[in-house]
Amino acid sequence: MEGVHDMGGRDRFFRPLKPIDPDEPAFHEPWEGKAFALALLANRVAGTNLHAFRHAIERVPEPEYLSGYYERWLASAEILLLDSGILAPGAVEARARSLRGEDVEEPAVPEPHKPAMPSGGAGNLREVDEPPAFAVGDRVRTSTDTPTDHTRLPAYARGKEGTVRALRPGHVLPDTAAHFLGENPQHVYEVAFPSDQLWGSGAEPATVTLDLFESYLEKAS
Amino acid sequence: MTDVADTVEPAIEPALRAEALESLLLERGLVDTQTIETFIRTYETSVGPMNGAKVVAKAWTDPEYKQRLLSDGTAAIAELGFKGPQGEHMVVVENSPTVHHVVVCTLCSCYPWPVLGLPPSWYKDPAYRARVVKEPRAVLAEWGTELPADVEVQVHDSSSEVRYLVLPERPPGTESMSEDELAGLVTRDAMVGVRKVQVP
Repeated sequence: MEGVHDMGGRDRFFRPLKPIDPDEPAFHEPWEGKAFALALLANRVAGTNLHAFRHAIERVPEPEYLSGYYERWLASAEILLLDSGILAPGAVEARARSLRGEDVEEPAVPEPHKPAMPSGGAGNLREVDEPPAFAVGDRVRTSTDTPTDHTRLPAYARGKEGTVRALRPGHVLPDTAAHFLGENPQHVYEVAFPSDQLWGSGAEPATVTLDLFESYLEKAS
Repeated sequence: MTDVADTVEPAIEPALRAEALESLLLERGLVDTQTIETFIRTYETSVGPMNGAKVVAKAWTDPEYKQRLLSDGTAAIAELGFKGPQGEHMVVVENSPTVHHVVVCTLCSCYPWPVLGLPPSWYKDPAYRARVVKEPRAVLAEWGTELPADVEVQVHDSSSEVRYLVLPERPPGTESMSEDELAGLVTRDAMVGVRKVQVP
């Protein structure tokens, strides 16, 4: 889907980098660790998957998304738990207010309705029955579709021509798994794009590689 | 409280929000404190860039290991005991005097947890995610690394479950150092490719 998360090349974020602190800890404050653990566990409790989790992060409202990494993890955990009927709308806020001493009526626990997508096993790598459509060295063009749902083709790489550099292991397709529509494993290809293909002539010379799902690609003529 | 459309809800700070979520799940037995603590402690203490540094130092000192690492990153990294979530398929790319690799995830913040731990702030920051695919040399220069004009720059955007580890160049003057001493030189930023390994 279109959204703030799709940041590659976006002018609005061309601003100074954060300084590198070689000793930066995993969590800056205890709540970040808690948010990290709760988000991973929410994924289990809600019966969802990694792709649905990423998609939930993409659905976090922009100001909240931009407020910070663990802020958006926390928000996405809530989205997953609401979606699957584990938590009622407003439950977290009501509990927070009650924890800080306000007299709040908390919503009743709803009837869960977890998604039930069959899993092909642990992780996201899968055998794909069909032979790969492309080979190393093939010229390919990426889809120009503007996605309305979850996808792993960034906007900056849409409708661009590149060269297949490697065949990766088959993967669960995020575009369907994020919506519980099935794993639909596909071949994944490392595709190399010259920077002028992505950004136009005058771009800083470089090669950008992406690992792209077969359905994002067609043979370039 | 009035229920007016333009009334902005007072913000609930994230620490309180996390506590509220935790208490809701704990009281229904959907999560338990010990599991939460284990997740936190694991990524605070045993999974971090010190793992990747061991991989790099071994590759610098053992040519056969380096061969295995570059041809099958996942298996060679697992030889040292490092595997798990966000490391299902590892690809190791080698920096050299002629090619410089740098890694990003523009769509979220995918990062090779088993070897580098959780991503640092600068990697998750919009400025890095937006800029490095378009102006990698400018990004590196801003952090103090000027690449010669004839070096080929390759940026890897982590758009699938493939995760990248950069094998940095071994700095000159380290020939007499042991594998452990070398591992002590290898930094997180060098294994993402935004800096080179320095000799103190």
